[in-house]
Amino acid sequence: MSRALAFLTRRKGGDAWDWTDVFTFLWLGSAVFIMFGPALWLVLSSFKSPAQLAEFPPTLLPYEAQTVVVEGFDRPLPLFSVTDEAGTRTLAEVRRVGTVAQMVDPENPGEVQRVNIANRTPVREVGFSWGNYLDPFLRFDFLNYTKNSIFVTGVATLITLLTNSMAAFALSKYEFRGRGFVVVLIIATLMIPLSVILVPLYSIVSGVGLINSLWGVILPTVATPTGVFLLRQYMLTIPDELLEAARMDHASEWQIYWRIVLPLTAPALAVLAIFSVVWRWNDFLWPLIVLSRQEVYTLQVGLNAYAGELNVQWHYLLAMTVITMIPVVLVFIFLQRFITAGIAGTGLK
Amino acid sequence: MTGVKGMLGAVVTAPLVALARVLEVPLRLWQRLTGQGGMVAFFLLPNMAIFTLFVLLPLVINIAYSMTTGAALFLPERTYVGAAQYERLLRCTDYTNLMTCQEDQFWIALRNTGTFVVLQVTLLIVAATITALILNRALRALSFWRAVFFFPVLLSPVVVGLIWRWILDRNGVLNAALVGMGMDPVNWLLERNYAFSAAIGVTIWAHLGFFALILLAGLQAIPRDLYEAAEMDGTKPARVFWRITLPLLMPNMLVVIVLALIRAVQVFDEAYVLTGGGPGTATLFLTQYIYEVGFASLLKNPGLAAAASILMGGVLIVLTLLQLALGKRNERKGRLK
Repeated sequence: MSRALAFLTRRKGGDAWDWTDVFTFLWLGSAVFIMFGPALWLVLSSFKSPAQLAEFPPTLLPYEAQTVVVEGFDRPLPLFSVTDEAGTRTLAEVRRVGTVAQMVDPENPGEVQRVNIANRTPVREVGFSWGNYLDPFLRFDFLNYTKNSIFVTGVATLITLLTNSMAAFALSKYEFRGRGFVVVLIIATLMIPLSVILVPLYSIVSGVGLINSLWGVILPTVATPTGVFLLRQYMLTIPDELLEAARMDHASEWQIYWRIVLPLTAPALAVLAIFSVVWRWNDFLWPLIVLSRQEVYTLQVGLNAYAGELNVQWHYLLAMTVITMIPVVLVFIFLQRFITAGIAGTGLK
Repeated sequence: MTGVKGMLGAVVTAPLVALARVLEVPLRLWQRLTGQGGMVAFFLLPNMAIFTLFVLLPLVINIAYSMTTGAALFLPERTYVGAAQYERLLRCTDYTNLMTCQEDQFWIALRNTGTFVVLQVTLLIVAATITALILNRALRALSFWRAVFFFPVLLSPVVVGLIWRWILDRNGVLNAALVGMGMDPVNWLLERNYAFSAAIGVTIWAHLGFFALILLAGLQAIPRDLYEAAEMDGTKPARVFWRITLPLLMPNMLVVIVLALIRAVQVFDEAYVLTGGGPGTATLFLTQYIYEVGFASLLKNPGLAAAASILMGGVLIVLTLLQLALGKRNERKGRLK
């Protein structure tokens, strides 16, 4: 036993364990639990029926009550495991009167037995309430919200990539009067958060008639100073000789931009695209203000509205939260390396 | 991996490439007519037009906006009142008792935000530093551990708020665990101090990975031979931390602290979805105050909201300038090396 323990706690270099190792072990162990646990709990809960969600204490896995079709009864009857003086057996409930349940043996449906409800527990097995996921799409507006979110995310990202890279190109590859001023202006507004300009921005968006329009959500977000800044820094590293050589070959400035500079900027564009997708998918405060009609809600705004109702239907809400989480989790799984490199390198978020 | 990347890349670039091709002929003509200057204007125009209309212009008219009153949305239709909105925000008959202030909600939001900033940033920085130090210990499967901490960073604030609302619910899993251990259940989101702590804890949960990642990058940049030299001299680990690790981590640490401050001052979405500002006004923060006064409440007062947002903007500008100054200093130091 002690030898096994010694093997398990053996360390590289044969050093003894000190308190920092124990601490590392504890910190990482609880981190797995605290960081992944809540999201995992959300996913497990989202498959539970409303009755199961109301249970306290909750079960870990989603269960479904078993039913059985018994001769002589139209609808399937719920199955219960009954334990009393007569022993333990599985019965189907016909009806309940007060504290007494009338039950039948599925094998022998003729004879009705009376059982105190304290003596029975429902027979359940692991089962998933897929309806939690289907109903919001079929009966409520969630299909619409999803479409709106996809539209906003896709269009905003495309416009961001195009306009930001064009501006970054002009600001990095041409000498002109006022260039320094524009660059300083962009850097100065780098940190101006939306919450500082909410009110006047609303009046402007309303002035151009974009309230309750998805374009009113998209346009104020696409001229991100962050994007211009990031792309410009990257383009500055592209040697000007390349551009000169292209001009010798009679390439137009536009061709130089999209055939030479853009492909060389691909890594920075990829980082910006990933961040833009995550930003726009997750945007909440601005859409919340611009969109007040249900047809134009994005997923985030729709979820919030749903969660704010007097009688929160948690079984639907949890399932839709999982749906909202999926694209970001996919981005995380496949593109984590780009994101962590982007943050560590530029402090971007 | 490359397959997915290639496919994603193709989906994103295909429409852009098509657009670029279509534009080639008219733009060659434009270049011939206006020369390089015209092309520079063309490249700058879309971004700068959007930028001017939706970032610069609001910034400028916000100041004018904060000096007007009334319910009208457009600036020319509003009545000029000078500094009256600021006076209304800041006036109290007795500054030791917030309830005597004309806009007591603003002062409550200010106090809550102040408390939040101090507590959240302190705890967040300590936790992020510990995490970065641990991740820097040449662990096996570093990318997995990094992912563990980083995963919540990408989640939307609404999702984060809802995940935790579900866990902290009266009949939630946390109370089930408490009852299981023989303790009394707690109304996490309906008791003032618990709700406030929950707002702090949840925002730390959501952002820890981001800050730990920046600190980790700083730690990894510290030359290994410094540690080897210290080891040869038999320096105690605590001393190594205070004399080598922390001073060399300082540039990153300062950036992280300022970034965390800037974010904490603006705290809104996670807390709003989690508690809605409640119970009562226990978790009412500045951004929510601005949102409610400007948009959500029945008695909308956009002028007052603008004034409050300018006061908040003032704080953020100071913090931003601080960050830029620190960045400059780091750059100079980097060049000296």
